[in-house]
Amino acid sequence: MSDLRTELKQSIIEQLNLEEFEVEDIANDDALFGDGLGLDSIDALELIVLLEKDYGIKLTEPEQGKEIFISIDKMAEYIEAHRTK
Amino acid sequence: MGIISSIGNNVEENYNALCSGKHGISFPKILKTRHTNLPVGEIKITNEALAKKLSLPENHSFTRAALLACIAGKEAISQAGITETELNETGFISGSSVGGMDKTEEFFQEFDKNTEIRRFIRAQHPGFTTSQISDFLKTQGFVTTISTACSSSANAIMLGARMIKAGKLKRVIVGGTDCLTKFTLNGFNSLMILSSENCKPFDEYRNGLNLGEGAGYLILEGDEYLAGKQVLGRITGYGNANDAFHQTASSETGEGAYLAMQKALKSAGISSNKIDYINAHGTATKNNDFSESMAIQRVFGEVIPELSSTKAFTGHTLAAAGAIEAVYSLLSLQNNQIFPNLNFSTKMEKTGIQPVLELTSKNMKHVLSNSFGFGGNCTSLIFNRDEK
Amino acid sequence: MSEGYKISDFVRIRNQRIFHGNKQVFSSEKPTQGFLKESYKFLNISYPKFHKMDALCKLGILATEVLFKNREIPADTALVFSNSASSLESDKQHRILMEATVSPAVFVYTLPNIVLGEISIKYKLQSENAFFISNRFDARLLTDYSEILLDSLKASAVVCGWIEWKNAEYDVFLCLISKEGRLSFSEENLEELYHFENE
Repeated sequence: MSDLRTELKQSIIEQLNLEEFEVEDIANDDALFGDGLGLDSIDALELIVLLEKDYGIKLTEPEQGKEIFISIDKMAEYIEAHRTK
Repeated sequence: MGIISSIGNNVEENYNALCSGKHGISFPKILKTRHTNLPVGEIKITNEALAKKLSLPENHSFTRAALLACIAGKEAISQAGITETELNETGFISGSSVGGMDKTEEFFQEFDKNTEIRRFIRAQHPGFTTSQISDFLKTQGFVTTISTACSSSANAIMLGARMIKAGKLKRVIVGGTDCLTKFTLNGFNSLMILSSENCKPFDEYRNGLNLGEGAGYLILEGDEYLAGKQVLGRITGYGNANDAFHQTASSETGEGAYLAMQKALKSAGISSNKIDYINAHGTATKNNDFSESMAIQRVFGEVIPELSSTKAFTGHTLAAAGAIEAVYSLLSLQNNQIFPNLNFSTKMEKTGIQPVLELTSKNMKHVLSNSFGFGGNCTSLIFNRDEK
Repeated sequence: MSEGYKISDFVRIRNQRIFHGNKQVFSSEKPTQGFLKESYKFLNISYPKFHKMDALCKLGILATEVLFKNREIPADTALVFSNSASSLESDKQHRILMEATVSPAVFVYTLPNIVLGEISIKYKLQSENAFFISNRFDARLLTDYSEILLDSLKASAVVCGWIEWKNAEYDVFLCLISKEGRLSFSEENLEELYHFENE
């Protein structure tokens, strides 16, 4: 289970060009948006693409992302519940 | 002026459609895309038919945006009665975001093997599109291309007006062109701002824009060079400002839009209560319509002028939008009519703005037109009826 | 005609080197992506968004970092940029990704004027912006346009110039135009500075 969280951190760092971060720098409950990692709305869209590409989960409204992308923990929970890949 | 859009192939057809409420939104047929469920403002004329209209040779290298532009430009020149001698001293400023992208995406896998189509390689370039159109229209003066996304042609109009005012140009054709491409359709889709229905500008339940294509050109001339030509209107104010918020979204307070409108009013030397009608940018995305509404309320206060977005007719024609909507603004002034904002049923809760829903007659003197582009580039233009 | 405007400062980025005025301030052996990263570190820019940008925008941020350092930049400083390739490299990338999975982050950069937006966001400029596409560096266009903005008081300063990113090569030349400085703002001077080859 913790593998998924590490996998997510690695994907996020790579996909979102978070050059100044290592996996160890991101805590499972760190806020992804706002003050935490400081991601923005384009990053949210990239995460939506990631959900579909890597885990087969398709979101239809960008607003759905607000509930899911709160932290690595929340993302992992959602993926575990809905993944088709 | 000249225009071609999904609601008409010339000024008269566009005007008739605007008056009868007949929109040009449909599913893509000419654009070969897998997104056949996304409504677009597609001009249902093939490139072959457009080229034939322009009497081009068979091995021409005109891409779709160039073809559309030549149709619109040709109409403008013919309607204004510009002579060949006058064209020698006429500049051309055009905006485009896709340039020749339609041919590039059609052919780029084949450029390797097929030498015949290589003539489209350099046609990819928006600068090439502009000079090709300029050559076709036979303008000999200053030529340049503006590429600032959805505000490109509005900026072209602004630059043309400024250069005439500063005495650097006598006469100039200004406007823009863009065609539908898989490039933009897929790109906008990834930003999740396209609607799978006909778009609903300023509606509480709006859920995205429809892409469109088209071209629009105005011929601007300094007073002293008119020589009896008919004047369709005057550009009296313009303003451009950067929202400085995000690459593709607008700030909550619509700062860039607010500044652009204020600058336009200032340059026109009029107070906000003199504006009779606003042709809004109104793309029907959640974000734009909200921030544009906020900005309008900040500029105009309690009593905002009548407004409507004509994008429910044509779709969002990207770089051509500023020019196409300039033509519509001038038609409004000439005929003292406000064109309806289609597909509207519910006011936005947070702003309570009600756009004009039916063709309305109103005596008008000043019209404001907004065009806001990605990259935070916001432009507002003010048109006046010609009083002489 | 020039109304006393001066080229107050300029920056050039070419061939793995950054010049501030005529002085070289940084050089690197690395090819483009490495060069951009090293320049970012060298200039001590603390702006994580930098890493998400495409090369064209990164070049714009690096150039303005040099130009604006230790200077008060008024919020109405206009930006008048130009190039010949538009956003071609990002366009190519988007096209390639379209075959598989479209990336919104890449699509965002398929417009040349986004660099104006990025600079405006970073320096909180809410000024006039223009981006022109021309075959070659057009000193006349840049001079005319900048002068119009300054004369009409639409801007108290202008950053104008050329910013090109094509086929893994870059060529940046940006000037700060205002009332201060010794070098006269003119088409000739602009042209000369652009073509000047440093040793």
